[in-house]
Amino acid sequence: MSAGTNQTGGTNSGLVKWIDSRLPVFSYLQKEYAEYQSPRNFNWFWNFGAILTFLLVMMIMSGIFLAMQYQPNTALAFDSVERIMRDVNFGWLLRYLHQNGATFFFIAIYIHMFRGMYYGSYKAPRELLWMLGVVILLLAMATAFMGYVLPWGQMSFWGATVITNLFSAVPLVGDSIVTLLWGGFSIDNPTLNRFFALHYLFPFLIFGVVVLHVIALHVSGSNNPLGVDPKGPQDTVSFHPYYTMKDSVGLAVFVTIMAAFVFFAPDFFGEPENYLEAAPLNTPAHIVPEWYFLPFFAILRSVDFDILFIEAKLGGVIAMFGAIFVLFVLPWLDKSPVRSAKFRPVYKWFFWIFLIDCVLLGYVGGKPTDAPVFGGVESFQIIHLGYITTFWYFAHFLIVLPLLGIFERPKPVPKSISEAVLGGGSSGAAATAKPMEKA
Amino acid sequence: MGIVSNLRLAAAATGLIAATMFVSTTAFGAGDVKDPDSQDWHFEGIFGTVDRAAAQRGLQVYLEVCSSCHGLKQVAYRNLTDLGFNEEEVKAIAAEFDVVDGPNDEGEMFDRSAIPSDKFVGPFPNNAAAQAANNGALPPDLSLQVKAHIGGPDYIYALLTGYTEAPADVEVPAGANYNPYFRGSLIAMAQPLWPDGVTYSDGTEATIDQMAWDVVNFMQWAAAPEMEERKKMGFKVVLFLIILSAILYAAKRKMWSNLDH
Ligand code: HEC
Ligand code: HEM
Repeated sequence: MSAGTNQTGGTNSGLVKWIDSRLPVFSYLQKEYAEYQSPRNFNWFWNFGAILTFLLVMMIMSGIFLAMQYQPNTALAFDSVERIMRDVNFGWLLRYLHQNGATFFFIAIYIHMFRGMYYGSYKAPRELLWMLGVVILLLAMATAFMGYVLPWGQMSFWGATVITNLFSAVPLVGDSIVTLLWGGFSIDNPTLNRFFALHYLFPFLIFGVVVLHVIALHVSGSNNPLGVDPKGPQDTVSFHPYYTMKDSVGLAVFVTIMAAFVFFAPDFFGEPENYLEAAPLNTPAHIVPEWYFLPFFAILRSVDFDILFIEAKLGGVIAMFGAIFVLFVLPWLDKSPVRSAKFRPVYKWFFWIFLIDCVLLGYVGGKPTDAPVFGGVESFQIIHLGYITTFWYFAHFLIVLPLLGIFERPKPVPKSISEAVLGGGSSGAAATAKPMEKA
Repeated sequence: MGIVSNLRLAAAATGLIAATMFVSTTAFGAGDVKDPDSQDWHFEGIFGTVDRAAAQRGLQVYLEVCSSCHGLKQVAYRNLTDLGFNEEEVKAIAAEFDVVDGPNDEGEMFDRSAIPSDKFVGPFPNNAAAQAANNGALPPDLSLQVKAHIGGPDYIYALLTGYTEAPADVEVPAGANYNPYFRGSLIAMAQPLWPDGVTYSDGTEATIDQMAWDVVNFMQWAAAPEMEERKKMGFKVVLFLIILSAILYAAKRKMWSNLDH
């Protein structure tokens, strides 16, 4: 089916050949995106790489068109965004795509990462691949944080105030860092200007890291739901057309859901108060970051006590950044030789507990610390749930995973993908597709 | 010196902000706030549209009641054609307002009547003037109020119709008014709507509920003038995407079933 022998994808175009012999982009694409041999048993969770690539391009495109109309000046920014919404042709579409696109970018990133955790995709030889992914997460967070400041609404301003102030907890150089971030002694026009410049830059850095991420992927090859390396051609299919086709399905479904929000409930994920222009003298009653930061915000707030000589504020900041840093070293914390949770009867449970823990952290991050949990008894407050969930977040990585590596008895792992997928007595064409679609 | 004191200030601000952040936020007694009832708005749902008759009446309420305190700066007079006003009517509405223009050839600023391409002229030249005229409280611009509150339309309707006698245990200071739907229950805006506060040209009876209903319909349009276009386009886009997804899925099944092994 695929033109295996032809380096440039079966084209006879002289021009393509001429270019390719001087700059082998076509043969590169052919090799890395068409012939690339992928395990035949991906489930739908393997769609999110393609979805993220699409979203990154969508964010860059919508962002560039927004930037043509946006004014990075505290006196004009809010009104310029409203002008985009009202007077620029399809400006509302650009803005809502960009705003909801950020939300769906994080939905996709988080699913992509939990997928990696469930199937052990971070284990050797994919440690660098995983770490580059964490770099992308960090850059995306920085990008989204700075982007959220641009419309210069109340939450833009006060969210930026809270987050930039965190850096003042850093010993010795804290205040200098804050001054540097602000470009002065308060959040003002210089802050907005530099955030805009960096918000424009960072997505391209992300793009660069994505390229490295894909290069690393294509060295080690993709993991798969069984976590067993392909043993030969019977275990793989070529990426094109099999996975380009499957990715198209997943992408179309994902975009359908995103479009439903963009067109019918565009402000669903947004904070209403950001439709009020920033007022530096008027603090909102309840400052909350965007939903995708809530778990980390919860961890930050949950350290509200001094630990030895570390003050609570610095402790919170360390915990928050630690929550991401621990992801970098995850490949070395999980010592189990088995990748997929399918064959790890105990880890499987802890995975789901960890997922629930993260959801609870998100809930904690969005509520005032002294509210009763789920509106229940007064004595069990959000902050208490925050202590528990924060503790568990770190315990999962630092205690549970290392111990499981020693004490867990994994189930027998199939010898090969084709044995697991095609074996088991069933035969016929229908059976090939079916098992792959189950998670 | 200056830098040091500035840094101190920054540090103090930091502490203050950290306090608002870490300490809880129920200072206003959020527990006492009454939840607004949910209303059946014409603009709700994926097929919801602007109720033009109500929004036109709402414009009248805005112009005759609210506009003495509240601006509407994101909306231009010409946008009113969306609500079914014709160009002559829009010109007439605009002409009631004066804007400062210039400088002219002599370098002087001058007053002229507003024209349709001008944005709605607000009652005050700046926020300080607005606060000075309202006991220090700032009447917010109404262009985006519907989007700026959780459950915006229901909340504003409840707020406008919700003024009552304060319960005996609540002390209402001068310049404040009791309204159980407002955070903290004490709002600087005096009850703006009273029966027959406006005279509707279409004969609708101007009850408080009716005027509140109408002005919220108007404010909803003012906050999201793109709504009808957005939903119409959304219907087509989502339908297209659903069909595309189905076709791609069928093609994928077909392709994978041919996979030999
Ligand atoms: C006499 C001046 C005045 C008039 C007339 C007036 N308002 Fe207000 N309004 C205010 C002030 C002052 C505030 C700020 C209240 C506060 O912060 O306590 C306010 C606040 C509001 C708010 C924001 C409430 C909140 O939760 O923040 C809305 C919405 C509102 N007014 C709508 C209206 C509408 C609609 C009308 C016309 C029917 C109207 N107002 C007429 C003075 C006025
Ligand atoms: C990974 C990619 C990106 C992410 C996650 C992202 C995220 C965001 C977010 C969360 C906002 C605030 C939206 C709002 O509340 O209104 C925003 C605004 C903005 N972004 Fe981006 N962005 C990305 C790429 C870009 C690029 C490449 C540009 C190009 C210059 C850009 C330009 C803008 C502009 C001008 C705004 C302000 C307008 C507005 O608020 O709608 N963005 N971005």
